[in-house]
Amino acid sequence: MNRILRGVLFAVVVLAAASCSTDDAETTEVVLMTHASFAVSDGVLEAFTEETGVAVSVLQSADAGAMVSQAILTKDNPVSDVLYGIDNTFLSRAIDEDLFVPYEAAAIDTVPLDLRVPGYQVTPIDFGDVCLNTDPGGLSGLGLESPDRLVDLADAAYRGTLVVENPTTSSPGLSFLLATIATFGEDGEYPWQAYWRDLVANDVRIVPGWDQAYYGEFSGGSGEGDRPIVVSYATSPVAEVYFGDLATAPTTIVEDGCFRQVEYAGVLNGTRAEKAAKQLVDFLLEITFQQDMPLNMFVFPANSDTALPDVFVDHAVIPTDSRVMDPVLIDENRERWLAEWAAVVR
Amino acid sequence: MRTRPWILLLGVVPALFLAYFFVYPLVTILYTGLVSDGRFATSAFVDVITDPTMRSVAWFTLWQAFLSTVFTVALGLPAAYVFARYRFPGRSLFRSLTLVPFVLPTLVVGVAFLAVLGPGSPLGIDLRGTIWAILIAHVFYNLAIVIRGVGVLWEQIDPHLEDAARSLGAGRWRVFREVTLPLLRPAILSSAALVFLFSFTSFGVILVLGDLNHSTLEVEIWRQATAFLRLDLASALAVLQLVGVTVILLIYGRAGRRAAEELPLRPSAEVARRPRTAGERAFIAATLGMLGLLVVTPIAVLIARSFSTPTGPSLVHYVNLFDPPRGSAIFVSPVDAIGNSLRFAIPAVMIAAGIGLMAAVVIVSARGRSGRIFDTVLMLPLGTSAVTIGFGFLVALDKPVDLRASAMLIPIAHALVAIPFVIRSTVPVMESVQRRLREAAAVLGASPRQAWREVDFPLVSRALAVGALFAFAISIGEFGATSFIARPATSTIPVAIFRLLGRPGTFGEAMAMAVILMAITGIAAMGIESTRGSRSGGV
Repeated sequence: MNRILRGVLFAVVVLAAASCSTDDAETTEVVLMTHASFAVSDGVLEAFTEETGVAVSVLQSADAGAMVSQAILTKDNPVSDVLYGIDNTFLSRAIDEDLFVPYEAAAIDTVPLDLRVPGYQVTPIDFGDVCLNTDPGGLSGLGLESPDRLVDLADAAYRGTLVVENPTTSSPGLSFLLATIATFGEDGEYPWQAYWRDLVANDVRIVPGWDQAYYGEFSGGSGEGDRPIVVSYATSPVAEVYFGDLATAPTTIVEDGCFRQVEYAGVLNGTRAEKAAKQLVDFLLEITFQQDMPLNMFVFPANSDTALPDVFVDHAVIPTDSRVMDPVLIDENRERWLAEWAAVVR
Repeated sequence: MRTRPWILLLGVVPALFLAYFFVYPLVTILYTGLVSDGRFATSAFVDVITDPTMRSVAWFTLWQAFLSTVFTVALGLPAAYVFARYRFPGRSLFRSLTLVPFVLPTLVVGVAFLAVLGPGSPLGIDLRGTIWAILIAHVFYNLAIVIRGVGVLWEQIDPHLEDAARSLGAGRWRVFREVTLPLLRPAILSSAALVFLFSFTSFGVILVLGDLNHSTLEVEIWRQATAFLRLDLASALAVLQLVGVTVILLIYGRAGRRAAEELPLRPSAEVARRPRTAGERAFIAATLGMLGLLVVTPIAVLIARSFSTPTGPSLVHYVNLFDPPRGSAIFVSPVDAIGNSLRFAIPAVMIAAGIGLMAAVVIVSARGRSGRIFDTVLMLPLGTSAVTIGFGFLVALDKPVDLRASAMLIPIAHALVAIPFVIRSTVPVMESVQRRLREAAAVLGASPRQAWREVDFPLVSRALAVGALFAFAISIGEFGATSFIARPATSTIPVAIFRLLGRPGTFGEAMAMAVILMAITGIAAMGIESTRGSRSGGV
């Protein structure tokens, strides 16, 4: 036993020594921290290594929130050099905490202006929308059409048709709540709380996470439930076509009331490999990585020169009127909004 | 028995392990969360304690854990008895199956429960969002702890003791109450403590099956730390959780203080027999029926889902896993995923078994207060929130060598959770090993070390195998706890399932991957079953 332990301890020390990064002159590895949904095809990150001689080591964290918490906790001695996958709901806090070294990526001119962040604290890498998805067959069985607008769902005709994710436990759930807040506002005649009260009266079903909502409760596509309207992503119909090998999408999206999520990458303050970290951010915005993203993460590339895969060209819809919200506003109000939401639906 | 110094020396390794990988990170993160600019955040505690929501969360955490434990023990004991005492066709397969739930990701269990207890339930009940769904899920997950934890002692208790009592005219129930139950007491308490801690810190089950009104401290800590980025509140809640767990463990320690009876233990192969009477057969059938409903039905649902397609049953989801139709990295080859999972599981089992065994020897040898304190402290990681430990690693383990990005941290985190299992399964057996056997060995000229090797170890090795099996299961199925430690981007099986469940159109593949996870667990459990008999046969 002692021998085994000694072996284990030795391995710990060796691994730890190996993982220590050194200064820029002899950087051989750059560490990328991202969330659990990150996926990349074989050979893509190797292209970066061929270009620069620096290997990419990827660390994954549970979700964007956990990742930002970790980055804040370790900002005096960061675990990684680059953070990728932070979105607009957490961006403001990260910037307040001074997590990033401002950097203007080489290909930043290819990114539409509305995705960029003032001061280039972080670089937009991809974007996507959280939208209502509908099951046209299920709706027509009820004598209904797909709703045009969010407000339609408060109509008694749509009673019992909607399933959403709990915004306190789910990222698309939070995006949908923010979309309703952006749409109905806080103090008008019909504020977002009143809208949610109507949704509750209309028997909205609230489940903890995306997979329970989509697979468990939604009736369209690969869903097995009985609700014809679900909060999901604008690219969900594309994924249905792609993975199901279908000719047409079995589901559609409602273009009103979508919420735009932008994912950013940033060079972490305190990195010991700043040059390589900046090169990696450049690489994330280059075509090689950008064109690999859509079919792995079902998001749209931020670099507008990127050619989309055929299935995206044929089936993807980018909503033209997505709700956007200032990250500062989100950060200031998130806790209060979630508490108010919980009080409305309880 | 006189405590020998070399035995206490063994305690140094577990003590150092615990100090460096649990106490130090815990203290550091709580300090970081609660002290800013040299001032203690009293207000966070005031906020937490005066908030009625938090109070109801704390109360719910406690009583659901208590009920989960009562139900799990009540259903686990008859099953432990049946497996320990009777031989019947399919016994080892059935017993192996009971371990399978232990490794399933909660997302997958959510799918199975929705099918069995949701709107389309074949039983005609819809328990979605009720406390019952949570309690049933906790029993489903933890039944194996009681079945194996108690079973490993039960199957070695000489049935002649009970036969003797019965021949003196005692009824079955009375024999159980007055003879068997006191003998099993240490093992029952041990298992109950583990079940309680698991339910007390329940996270995934609550998130997946809970409703808006039920939340545990574990979930709240996670929410404060990752959704609101309120580390002060998260830390205050973590302290509250830690205090609760410590109080519970102290009560448990007092209950377990009564010295274990020394038993004439017998190799299990001689204890189990075929059922003789119709009553025995009926009891076995009823117990297996209960297990079938509770454990086998959800597993069967998942297996059925892995073959189900709109056009009828097919192997297409499995084919897609092994031979992905497209270049998408969402599909991970099961071979790769299994390899990645084993890369964490094997060192985790080695660390947990080694350190757990050393700790168990010390606990048994240093009877009395010091042994109990050591025992209690080693249980604490099981009752501490995963977020707290994970974030603690991040803030504490960067000096002198930076371990935070090291792949080794993951098996270490798994071992931290698994060590209590090794201790809890070995200590009751060790305490019960007959002193006489050891003394006889001494008379025959064996040194204490020899006596341990020749007498204790063969009996204890079976219990160690059970602990190691749990360590394996903890590691291979684990997703939640280490997700707060930066994890190298290697798709373990649970990570692959998580990804496949994160997109439309790959549900069947997720189910197929879950079935592969279940199969590996079942095979590992069967493997342990088959080696157990032969090892103890030599005594």
